[in-house]
Amino acid sequence: MPLRTPLYDSHLAAGAKMVDFSGWEMPIHYGSQIEEHHAVRRDAGMFDVSHMCALDLAGPDSRAYLRHLLANDVAKLTTPGKALYSCLLKSSGGVIDDLIVYFFTAERYRIVVNAGTAVKDVPWMRAQLDGFDAELIVHRTDNDDPVAIIATQGPNARERRTTANDSVAMIAVQGPQARERFWTAFPASRAATETLAVFQAAEVGDWLIARTGYTGEDGFEITVPSADAAPVWQKLLDAGIKPCGLGARDTLRLEAGMNLYGQDMDEGISPYEAGLKWTVDLKDAARDFIGKAALEGKNARPVRNQFAGLLLLDRGVLRAHQKVITPQGDGEITSGTYSPTLNQSIALARLPVAVAIGSEVEVEIRDKRLKARVVKPSFVRNGKPLI
Amino acid sequence: MNASVKPAANLKYSASHEWAKLEADGTVTIGITDHAQEALGDIVFLELPALGRVVKAGEECAVVESVKAASDIYSPVSGEVVDINQAAADAPESVNADAYAAWLFRVKPADAAQCATELDGLLDAAAYGATL
Repeated sequence: MPLRTPLYDSHLAAGAKMVDFSGWEMPIHYGSQIEEHHAVRRDAGMFDVSHMCALDLAGPDSRAYLRHLLANDVAKLTTPGKALYSCLLKSSGGVIDDLIVYFFTAERYRIVVNAGTAVKDVPWMRAQLDGFDAELIVHRTDNDDPVAIIATQGPNARERRTTANDSVAMIAVQGPQARERFWTAFPASRAATETLAVFQAAEVGDWLIARTGYTGEDGFEITVPSADAAPVWQKLLDAGIKPCGLGARDTLRLEAGMNLYGQDMDEGISPYEAGLKWTVDLKDAARDFIGKAALEGKNARPVRNQFAGLLLLDRGVLRAHQKVITPQGDGEITSGTYSPTLNQSIALARLPVAVAIGSEVEVEIRDKRLKARVVKPSFVRNGKPLI
Repeated sequence: MNASVKPAANLKYSASHEWAKLEADGTVTIGITDHAQEALGDIVFLELPALGRVVKAGEECAVVESVKAASDIYSPVSGEVVDINQAAADAPESVNADAYAAWLFRVKPADAAQCATELDGLLDAAAYGATL
């Protein structure tokens, strides 16, 4: 039985084509993926991201625990609501998941992890709680969610049972007009959210409104109690925000050069080979986070590859796992697609570190070798091509 | 079955979702079905066979790429590729707009009797519709 978000019926009503995504029955598109993509670049679109897993961390040792758990350093979060992107690493330096953590106080944080990985993240995070005075609460979105079952059956005595009241839905509203249209739908929220900086959130009643996203556009990601999900979705529809599926979400994040966990990185890849060195915070030399020894120091694993973008110069479509041939050795495409904004195919790829940005390489597609240019892995931001 | 993905009555269909139409001059025009374009989603690239290429029935000879995936196209009949739809290659979204108008390539059979047999082996509209 696939899992369903609180917005399942809303998707069907909007004419969604539903597909399986990490065990969840999610909309891939509502008609045209390309139109949805353009809506986000030019106006405003919204995505149901309730399949992602929200957790709350609470207790006196919350900050110390996260400084040990995460490769990025939550110590730099001092403004309530401020968010941080980080990798969750294994001691080998491989990436277990990427996540966003929101700071409220040194004793209270919200964490959002990926849908498919929650089932391994939650037990891992709980195991690392040992020795810290803190508790982890899973906001389940579905009664059959295996993560919720793990949360209620775990051996950690401090972990309370999640209840229906903990169930949340998450909606990402993205695009140049996203915030204005959101305020049209919910005028009372404007005062509390108008001055939010990028990567900052505000708690408005029992909602969390964050100026974050995964598209390269401005907008909000809002977390609401499950019971509010369908009426909120309807109000956003009425405000002219176009429902967008996972298909557009993928082409948008690819144009923005953002990694997709499981596709562009996994437990075998270090953040240094996934273009995420900027998220590994080494400023506090005394901080010992999980995976640090594998990334730095004399026993550090060698960095052989870099994370780069590819722009296809010939006609065709780049796809994951195609071979990239360079004078410095072979590489591999990790995500590839047709870019609706550039009207050209783009990809994210893992290439030998010696391959220079701007150089021309070849990609093996079926029986042909097509020309591609190596570029920085960010193709479009705020509606504008960067290439 | 979605009412919008009906096969057209005057064509023959392969199980792999190509349509074939026998023209008055004995050539066969080939495209993908409405069901195929619907399943693929937004089509962004067509790789069509080289003119003069000799293909066997069932041989893969074109590729239709949507935003989502690449799909091989098989020729339902044997013969020589004598025409390709360059207009469709230049505007791949035309296949989404009307999959029965935006043909892909045309094959001239070497042997009319063999071609008739190959076409007979395909599905008619009702039989193809029943597979959807």
